[in-house]
Amino acid sequence: MHYNSGDTAWVLVSAALVLFMTPGLAVFYAGMVRRKNVLGMLIQNFAVMAVVSLLWVWVAYSLAFGPDAGGVGLIGTLHFAGLAHMGQQVPGYHGAKAQTIPPVVFVAFQMMFAVITAALLTGSVADRLKFGAFLAFVVAWTLLVYAPVAHWVFSPEGWLAQRGTEDFAGGTVVELNAGLAGAALALVAGRRRGWPNSLMRPHSIPLTVLGGGILWFGWFGFNAGSALNAGGAGTAFINTNTATAAALLSWLVVEKVKTGKPTTLGAVSGAIAGAVGITPACGFVNTEGATVIGILAGVASALAVNLKFRLGLDDSLDVLAVHGVAGLVGTLLVGFFGTASSLGANGLFYGGGASLLAHQAMAVASVGAYSFLVTWGIAAAIRATVGLRVSREQETAGLDISLFEESAYDFESATGQRAFGAIGGGAR
Amino acid sequence: MILVTAVVKPFKLEDVKAALQEAGVAGMTVSEAQGFGRQGGHTEVYRGAEYRIDFVPKVRVEVVVDDAAAERVVSAIVTAARTGRIGDGKVWTTQVDDLIRIRTGERGPDALR
Repeated sequence: MHYNSGDTAWVLVSAALVLFMTPGLAVFYAGMVRRKNVLGMLIQNFAVMAVVSLLWVWVAYSLAFGPDAGGVGLIGTLHFAGLAHMGQQVPGYHGAKAQTIPPVVFVAFQMMFAVITAALLTGSVADRLKFGAFLAFVVAWTLLVYAPVAHWVFSPEGWLAQRGTEDFAGGTVVELNAGLAGAALALVAGRRRGWPNSLMRPHSIPLTVLGGGILWFGWFGFNAGSALNAGGAGTAFINTNTATAAALLSWLVVEKVKTGKPTTLGAVSGAIAGAVGITPACGFVNTEGATVIGILAGVASALAVNLKFRLGLDDSLDVLAVHGVAGLVGTLLVGFFGTASSLGANGLFYGGGASLLAHQAMAVASVGAYSFLVTWGIAAAIRATVGLRVSREQETAGLDISLFEESAYDFESATGQRAFGAIGGGAR
Repeated sequence: MILVTAVVKPFKLEDVKAALQEAGVAGMTVSEAQGFGRQGGHTEVYRGAEYRIDFVPKVRVEVVVDDAAAERVVSAIVTAARTGRIGDGKVWTTQVDDLIRIRTGERGPDALR
């Protein structure tokens, strides 16, 4: 078997870029929580990197990309479990789609998507989950939700891919999936005590800006890496940047109109919404499409952040609004802006009629419904057995001290005493 | 002796300090404070969600002076700290029974000089 070294190098680098997005997401989220829950957020994200990595090589990769079970496109078999049979090509990648990289490189690249998708859920349920229960949830969720949905859409043998759904880098598999799963998990876990009346201000916007910057950077691997070759990655690369830029500005315009002032958190949130929106579309559209998708993703997400207050749903860090809504918008807009001059089928605006849009809508409806319902079931099962939430006392004290006996920041006053949370440790 | 306590806008601290030095005050204590009066708090907006912040940052200035100097010191602070806008703060006075300089043991007005 002869592989293309340029393609292989690019996908390996992309895998590392996407891995780096999860620590980026960790600080993006950590900046938005209160000081007492910073480490609780960071450790959840880091633990996801470990748990999903192992799960992926041993089982989940094979469920997602293994030979289809029964030929119906719902789930892969365990043929590749434990990374067996890595000398064989990834099923379904034939003809023009034939991969030019070693299958094990594809395993690594796709692994990072599974990692960050599970990590996204930490934002929906910030400040309140038991650590062990959260890890149990991640294991079940990756096997029962992420792996099947990845098989449906990403594997060429999946039922949605077979029918013509186009999702370049995960608008449905990652973004819409995370948004709706996060909402279901937050619904089962319940609101944080005091929400929405008490003050839950972000403790460090600079940390969130740094995390947003890391995500923007990593997204080039996420989107342009999904070309799975170096020569064809440029379109996805430039479109990712164009849409991210457009959404950053459109979010600020919404804020300026609604409240009179643009905000720093709005700028970074807009950038993320744009990157999310272009994710399903980045390889399939041109500059026109990328710009409009960016603008609309930014506006839709900025308007959707208030939805949680209307629903009474404490989706703490707006995973539904930023990832779910922008992922939905981007996936549907592929049906309008998809153009064969980039790649894939023509959408409504390029003479392709409504059939691509119909395939996109079918993917949105089926992935959204499956993700929400199965996640709800997993969360309810964990709540009924080991329990999901920390105690009231632990939640009030904050996860950092109550679960991990650590503090994120050690601000000393002039007297050498801790400025907060003083505990007598000196005599040990 | 009189304890003069003033709660003022943080950006006025330098003006108040200069005015007190000009009025002959030999020492002062400054601390950061938070609170509200007629000004109330302010709002902050994060992703469209408005948060009401009840406590506004202020600076508290404390000076102990001779009875005779009290009125002069109070008006020095009032003049220096005033912007004419809501939230300028308050000044109040309290009788002080005793005062000791720790290093020398001097008591009363002697300890002020």
